[in-house]
Amino acid sequence: MKLDRRQVLGLTAGAAVLAVAGIRVNPASAAAEETKKQVMEFTGGKEPASGKITLKAPEIAENGNTVPISVSVESAMSGDDLVESVMILAEGNPNPDVATFHFTEMSGEASATTRMRLAKTQNVVAVAKMKDGSVYSDTRLVKVTIGGCGG
Amino acid sequence: MFTRRDFLQYTVNAGAALGLAGYGANVTRALAQQKLTQDDLLKFDSKGQVTLLHFTDVHAQLMPVYFRPPDTNIGIGDYAGIPPHLVGEEFLTHFGIEKGSPLAYAHTMVDYVELARAYGRLGGLDRTATLVKAIRAERGDDKVLFLDGGDTWQGSYTSLKSNGQDMVDCMKLLKPDAMVGHWEFTFGEDRVKEIIDDMGYPFLASNIFDNEWDEPVFESTAMFEKGGVKVAVIGQAMPYTPIANPRWMFPKWSFGIRPDTLQENVDKARADGAEVVVLLSHDGFDVDRKLASVVSGIDVIVTGHTHDAVPQAIEIGSTLLLSSGSHGKYLGRIDLEVKDGKVVGHSSNLIPVFSDVIQSDPEMATKIDEVRKPHEAELNRVIGKTESLLYRRGNFNGTWDDLICQGVIEQRDTQIALSPGFRWGTTLLPGQDITIEDLYTETSMSYPSVYRLEFTGAQMKEILEDVCDNLFNKDPFFQQGGDMVRVGGMSYTCSPNADMGGRISDMRLMSTGEPLEADKSYVVGGWASVNENVEGPAIYDLMEKHITGKQVVNLPDQPTVKVNM
Repeated sequence: MKLDRRQVLGLTAGAAVLAVAGIRVNPASAAAEETKKQVMEFTGGKEPASGKITLKAPEIAENGNTVPISVSVESAMSGDDLVESVMILAEGNPNPDVATFHFTEMSGEASATTRMRLAKTQNVVAVAKMKDGSVYSDTRLVKVTIGGCGG
Repeated sequence: MFTRRDFLQYTVNAGAALGLAGYGANVTRALAQQKLTQDDLLKFDSKGQVTLLHFTDVHAQLMPVYFRPPDTNIGIGDYAGIPPHLVGEEFLTHFGIEKGSPLAYAHTMVDYVELARAYGRLGGLDRTATLVKAIRAERGDDKVLFLDGGDTWQGSYTSLKSNGQDMVDCMKLLKPDAMVGHWEFTFGEDRVKEIIDDMGYPFLASNIFDNEWDEPVFESTAMFEKGGVKVAVIGQAMPYTPIANPRWMFPKWSFGIRPDTLQENVDKARADGAEVVVLLSHDGFDVDRKLASVVSGIDVIVTGHTHDAVPQAIEIGSTLLLSSGSHGKYLGRIDLEVKDGKVVGHSSNLIPVFSDVIQSDPEMATKIDEVRKPHEAELNRVIGKTESLLYRRGNFNGTWDDLICQGVIEQRDTQIALSPGFRWGTTLLPGQDITIEDLYTETSMSYPSVYRLEFTGAQMKEILEDVCDNLFNKDPFFQQGGDMVRVGGMSYTCSPNADMGGRISDMRLMSTGEPLEADKSYVVGGWASVNENVEGPAIYDLMEKHITGKQVVNLPDQPTVKVNM
């Protein structure tokens, strides 16, 4: 019989993988390091500051296969106060780089919405690169759970 | 912050009068009935211009019930040791309630069986109707808002057979001003819409959005004028419905706590002139305790879902939080005094619905008879008898689920059984018959199949850790409500305060005492999977066969979970 963990309690998020001893292949620290590396490549080695950028994501994913997230950056979108690009990363995915959005003055505002697949509970990171060279980031933990027991 | 306050204690005390020892049930019962009156129960420090009545989580119980309150309800971190995470003697001490009194019986499991025999059942929608009518008469219709907190349509034989229509027809007579939901959605999107179109009062949900367009599915807010005060009621449905229940039944709808959306709706209500903002919530107590601190401008949250019965509203900053229990046991009431667009005074309590004391409302009683009539023979059909107390509530176990796990193991020939940690389901006293109605009160649902699968020890741990993290997460925004999944055929140790992955240990098969091995497979049965197309008999059919075969059941209260605090 094919094992299907979703069957047990009614496991909504098909890809739920938890930190059971010996099962997790990619330790959290390694995943975070790879993410950090990719962030640094994006920012040109500059440590992002907090503020300006807001990442929105659900606390718990309803469906790990398609998790809605949105990101927005405070900006006048003209002159030096211009968001050039925003990178979205998912720390726990095999390849953390999910998407990069590019903006121009014509964009009017720096905001974007997308859906992503999350295989397990992890941090989602958004990094904004401004025209003046400054970089900002925001992080949200999204939980991917078996669920099925709410009463 | 509210710690202890005097509230109505009533004058009767069956426990003290009879020492709780060996007296015939009829004697104590007569005494309780004689001394406690409907007027006592309705006594209230009336105040101000607006009265909110809160009725929630009735789980389709039209008739009065026995419902044993939990003996374990652990709070984590900042939420430990404060309401609603107080049970038994601690609860009595905190709220200054006398042992053996009506409130002790309504709110705790202390001397439960003796007091149940003395004070009788609580609830019954005909009794609630009497209270609602009396309060509307006392205050004037123009001052009272009656709010239905949801989990109204699911949980009984008749609600399952009528797709919730029995509850809709009866609730209509109470003329609710608004409602919110959770288990309602397990009737599926089409049925939910069909009922809402027809029911004649708004179904509010600020936090449900269309998956494709990200647009609100329901109205978020309803405005009322009560006692000359403009009151906004905002609905908040159970945020994790698509995770806790089958998402495939309402695939187009996305939920979530969505504090930012709520803040926008609160601000909009204020801008539209609301002097009082009420959140009609199905979030659960701790979620709403936190929500009150991150969303500003809410005057009152009336909350449900976690079935907590807290005798009075609790103040969290400038927000009042009232949680009115479940199964029709209570009617929650808050009176508000509003001056210059601000709440300047309030009084509140939960009115315990003592069914032997409160008169039956004839109009509602007739309607209840009407919806039950077609099913009467089946409802009353006796399938067995219990020698021991059968109850469900508690963080880890209850004897009803011990019986269900026993049934799953024996009927589906498994080593281990899992029964979901639902908080709905009532209680049977030792010596009571078990009827079809009683069985469905524990198992009535729209996805009842009992699966039979193989899982490794590692997968069992993974499952228990996951459910445990939903129950004992330090951040209430990650708590889904419900209790720990019940386990049969296996024992384990739980450390609620540990982090995920470290809470479950010492998992052993009960039959041999052997520890579960991570890579060895075990045969597991369980019910209420949220997956589509689950194969297996319905839990109520399986349990009917099981109980009929046993004739007499006896489930001693022997917890198989060791809790490390």
